Amino acid sequence: MTLSIRDLEAQVDGKPILRGLTLDVRPGEVHAIMGPNGSGKSTLAYVLAGRDGYEVTGGSVAWGGKDLLALAPEERAREGLFLAFQYPVEIPGINNATFLRAALNAQRKHRGEAEVDAMDFMALAREKARLLEMDDRFLLQRNVNEGFSGGEKKRNEVLQMLVLQPRLSVLDETDSGLDIDALRVVARGVNALRDGVRSFVVITHYQRLLDLIVPDVVHVLAGGRIARTGGRDLALELEKQGYAFLGATGAAATAPAASARPGGSGAR
Amino acid sequence: MSQPLPQAQPTPADDPLARVTQGEYQWGFVTPIESEVAPKGLSEDVVRFISAKKNEPAWLLEWRLKAYRAWLSMREPTWAKVSYPRIDYQAMSYWAAPKSAASRPKSLDEVDPELLKTYEKLGIPLQERAALAGVAVDAVFDSVSVATTFKDKLASLGILFCSFSEAVREHGDLVQRWLGSVVPQGDNFFAALNSAVFSEGSFVYVPRGVRCPMELSTYFRINAAETGQFERTLIIADEGASVSYLEGCTAPKRDENQLHAAVVELVALDDATIKYSTVQNWYPGDREGRGGIYNFVTKRGACRGRRSKISWTQVETGSSITWKYPSCLLLGDDSVGEFYSVAVANHRQQADTGTKMVHVGKRTKSTIVSKGISAGRGQNTYRGLVKVMPGAEGARNHSQCDSLLLGDRCGAHTFPYLEARNPTAQVEHEASTSKISEDQLFYLRQRGISAEDSVSMIVNGFCKDVLRELPMEFAVEARKLLGVTLEGSVG
Repeated sequence: MTLSIRDLEAQVDGKPILRGLTLDVRPGEVHAIMGPNGSGKSTLAYVLAGRDGYEVTGGSVAWGGKDLLALAPEERAREGLFLAFQYPVEIPGINNATFLRAALNAQRKHRGEAEVDAMDFMALAREKARLLEMDDRFLLQRNVNEGFSGGEKKRNEVLQMLVLQPRLSVLDETDSGLDIDALRVVARGVNALRDGVRSFVVITHYQRLLDLIVPDVVHVLAGGRIARTGGRDLALELEKQGYAFLGATGAAATAPAASARPGGSGAR
Repeated sequence: MSQPLPQAQPTPADDPLARVTQGEYQWGFVTPIESEVAPKGLSEDVVRFISAKKNEPAWLLEWRLKAYRAWLSMREPTWAKVSYPRIDYQAMSYWAAPKSAASRPKSLDEVDPELLKTYEKLGIPLQERAALAGVAVDAVFDSVSVATTFKDKLASLGILFCSFSEAVREHGDLVQRWLGSVVPQGDNFFAALNSAVFSEGSFVYVPRGVRCPMELSTYFRINAAETGQFERTLIIADEGASVSYLEGCTAPKRDENQLHAAVVELVALDDATIKYSTVQNWYPGDREGRGGIYNFVTKRGACRGRRSKISWTQVETGSSITWKYPSCLLLGDDSVGEFYSVAVANHRQQADTGTKMVHVGKRTKSTIVSKGISAGRGQNTYRGLVKVMPGAEGARNHSQCDSLLLGDRCGAHTFPYLEARNPTAQVEHEASTSKISEDQLFYLRQRGISAEDSVSMIVNGFCKDVLRELPMEFAVEARKLLGVTLEGSVG
């Protein structure tokens, strides 16, 4: 399925953040989105997931031909959209495994599949947890993100992703606050899902993540629009030179990006 | 008792937290059984009428009359944080019994099938459930006990489990010895009223050294219109005995308010343990606050013996007004009192509930865990007293009171009172108030879980410390009930 974002405009508390963002993510592609603070990266993630308070004022988002913006957050999730949160929230008193099984079964029910029973679920979840070097305690003894370290929370996001097997994963700065070992583990999890069909939008500040999760396309977001699009080299260039080319405020973000666009994909 | 409360404003449809509060009461049916009802109003004659109807011994009539006279000199308490129109005690009837009571049923086969259907609607298929779950059910329908199961098995262990009337007839000495020993007739306005006119209830006696092998369970249900229900429960655990008692309540839907003023007394002697669990689901009134049960209940346990223990667990989701403070008198040295509570106030419900822990014996210990959930325009108050008497050397208390708000038109209030008169006492109080967070809701929904299931999950997580105190079967029901009660609060 293809994600088609057209001229998307969105505001938060009346303040315009996205100002005409256009982006296509085709099946199997990994798109990295970089850009200075305040350029609208997280807003894009929340708008796609349907968070309250992120008001779409223009443009459209189609997911597999469906109007994504018309769906409730849980419906978007059931259609295969997964957001790995930058700051995963703690939910006291809810066992991690109970939560994750409820989520999996809600999605399976939507697809007309049978519910997974507790035994099969644990077998599945254990297998995924092993890949992320997480032990059973995370599933059985801990409540959702409660008392988790920053790194544990991020791993838990990727664990959920591996169990739910989304067709489109949006990772919102999943690398922030991770040391290099944790980063490798997280990247291994994401890469395990890459199968030529599932798509990924990876929001990050740092090129080092892109050494591990190699993107097909790199975009620079500035002033609520795609300012530049390129291949992997663009991320390396940004690391050396920063976002200076955008100008002090990122207002120069209207610079044509077409020349950097690799054939066949990316922003238009 | 009509209920002229102001109209609720329409709920904004776009407020995701507003939708949980729209669940309808699912147990609002009326069973068409003819009742025999006492004339309206309360007087010495009515007290005598009730006592005569029940063929009571003279001592009990005198006991009731003493309570009635005490009640006449008392005033309805106004200190609770609840408001309701004045109750006209002369406008209601104090006695209702199904007409078929003339020939009282002796087994389930003799029970009016309409009654059994009622229980089924309540989700209590008496026979199957009782047998499968090993629960002995003493079902109270209005004022006359209709079925007691498993009595023979219990009797072989010397355990007495029967309706209050039967206890008066068959075990009068025990009743006379302990009735009013924990909650005296003049204890408070509602307890005095109950003592004067109580009609039915349950009685349990567990003899020395016996551990009751099954959960004892009573379902109460208010059926006849405009009758108050005044049950009386008395549970005695003799030395070294232990018992777990479950109480569930449901009432049909009516536009008028109904009064429910029960009294529960527990007595634990040396090394005895009593666990008392309640799931209270009386009709809460409609969204605008019309109708619903006034639940003014006095529950108290006396840990008379050394190392005795009384544990209250309550899940209060119903009633339009709840006024209830299950308490423990820790008289015996090393005795233990516990109070675990979940109280929900949704729509226009008002709950003022909590506990009293009175430490008298040495090294007595108490634990209070209270979880209040407010939604819609509900008002939820925790009111608790921890009192350490001068002789309670080394007494310890830990209190944890948490409030969860769903939406921004409800209220949560906490009034913890503390009196420590012994310098060695250790008393700790923790409290928190939080709003159900948009972040948590969005997180769960982003994983594909519906808004309502998400709220239910968060609320259940919030209540976990209390729900795990409930017997397994009850915990499942309580979880479902919490979900249903808050259905529609979130979208």
